[in-house]
Amino acid sequence: MTVLVVAEHRRGELRDPSFEALTAGRELADATDGELHVGVVGGDVERYAERLNREGVDAVHTVARGEEFNHDVTTQAITQLVEAVEPTVLLAPDTVNGLDFLPAVAERLDLPLVTDVIDIEYDEGLTVTRELYEGKVETTLSIDAPRAAITVRPGSWPQAAGTGDAEIKAFDATVDESAVRSTVTGFQEIGGEVDVAEADVLVAVGRGIESEDNLDIVRELADVLGATLAASRPVIDNGWLPADRQVGQSGKTVSPELYIAVGISGTAQHVSGVRAETFVAINDDPNAPIFDVADYGVVDDLFEVVPALTERLKRS
Amino acid sequence: MKILVTITEARSVDTIFEIDGLEIDDRYLSSDLNEWDAYALEEAVQRTEDEDGEVVAVTIGPEEVEGTIRQALAKGADRAIRVWDEQLAALDLLDPLTKAAVLGSVVDAEQPDLVFTGVQSGDDAFGATPIALASTLGWAWGTVVNDLRLEASVAHVHRELEGNLEELTDVERPAVLSIQTGINEPRHASLRDITEAQQADIAVRDLADLSLDGGALTSSIDQITLYEPERESEATIYEGSPEETAAELATVIEETGVLQ
Repeated sequence: MTVLVVAEHRRGELRDPSFEALTAGRELADATDGELHVGVVGGDVERYAERLNREGVDAVHTVARGEEFNHDVTTQAITQLVEAVEPTVLLAPDTVNGLDFLPAVAERLDLPLVTDVIDIEYDEGLTVTRELYEGKVETTLSIDAPRAAITVRPGSWPQAAGTGDAEIKAFDATVDESAVRSTVTGFQEIGGEVDVAEADVLVAVGRGIESEDNLDIVRELADVLGATLAASRPVIDNGWLPADRQVGQSGKTVSPELYIAVGISGTAQHVSGVRAETFVAINDDPNAPIFDVADYGVVDDLFEVVPALTERLKRS
Repeated sequence: MKILVTITEARSVDTIFEIDGLEIDDRYLSSDLNEWDAYALEEAVQRTEDEDGEVVAVTIGPEEVEGTIRQALAKGADRAIRVWDEQLAALDLLDPLTKAAVLGSVVDAEQPDLVFTGVQSGDDAFGATPIALASTLGWAWGTVVNDLRLEASVAHVHRELEGNLEELTDVERPAVLSIQTGINEPRHASLRDITEAQQADIAVRDLADLSLDGGALTSSIDQITLYEPERESEATIYEGSPEETAAELATVIEETGVLQ
């Protein structure tokens, strides 16, 4: 089979999930002694093509059109590229932008679509694995079609390395300007006074804290540790802490010496943003995915454990 | 202005549950209005209440989901439509392209000015239906919208990207906009609103009503297994009273050397 991966870039740089998708694509192509092709649309495509020419890549197709990602342009270009390359599987990263064009390509070409895939197998047929119910359950799906479109979850495959001997080809996509109905006018950083990415010690709080008033108990713990207070998405959405405190895919990626997750279930979107030397989790749900990534944990009521921990540390 | 809002009943599983074949028994599941859809609904209600507009809530599902769409009515939707029939019930998996085809036919029938959806549903988290729907309709789209300013012919949106970064995008109308959590504060329905919603009519439509060929809704995606993932955790889990576990954690923290 031929696998076509669509690479992603932003503000002049290819994004890491692109190289992870290359690994997923190469594994899939290997299952049938097939070819791995890569498409990249917009920006400095020549430079991107050089970087995408990793080991195992057979061809890189460049579409020199625009600087930044525009979903209307990418949808048109990739639809045409699929018709030209005829891949069995079309892969893109399961990112905000990957999800912003691949469903439209799938709809236009009538390709079955499965998103947020964490494993792909090919053995006389294509099967994919994904999570349900916030990671508590996994499901395997079989796709019985000549072609399919799949987005792969960031962090599920290592990044492709080395240098390949890919053929680099300019692909001349025809863009119908009348069908370009969205215009990217700029970017805006969500900044603030606190940079959680710089902190050595983070106490992060999640939905389990239940109310804004209860934040005081984690503030106390953070104070005694000299830690920075951070949060997962629900706390930010509720307005209990400002957006610059958010850790995770849509917030900041952090790599502290110590990370204490309090009342955080541990969705993939959150834990993908944490690379801690020591990871501690306190949660009353023994099946919470946070314990899959923690080094140390307590399965108990945070409202009892956190104050006890604060008191114990005060005596240290 | 008329805004159509797609509503999903999202399910969550209890802490302890059992899997039977390809299903989790209903007794281990709870259902609620999908979190992202609550924000989409609130955004639509706020956009229409000042100008005597209309919000139409649409869901795909059996009679059992009526409690959820009544939540949408209680929180400000003016009308509700539920689409279901035997052909939909027979599908193994309601995948995003199938949902988009069904919702597209509702949009064709209703002719709203805009469609709002949640970014994803909390249970299956495909996150693809809004874009597939826009593509089906031939409409523009904007996804993961966390800020919105509407003008007559354009929607100025902020799209939430990864890493505390937003993209500013102008989207031509009509458009499908997928709404991110945090864009507003969804209202709580009053007891009176809840009571009125309980008595409201819900329009039930089958595929024939929507001039949709059910035979075309064949998915090539089949669910073949459902299981609890093997936990790869190597975490040391402390047990005991809160004082005992706190003491163990304190020792771990002291050993990291972060305490000055």
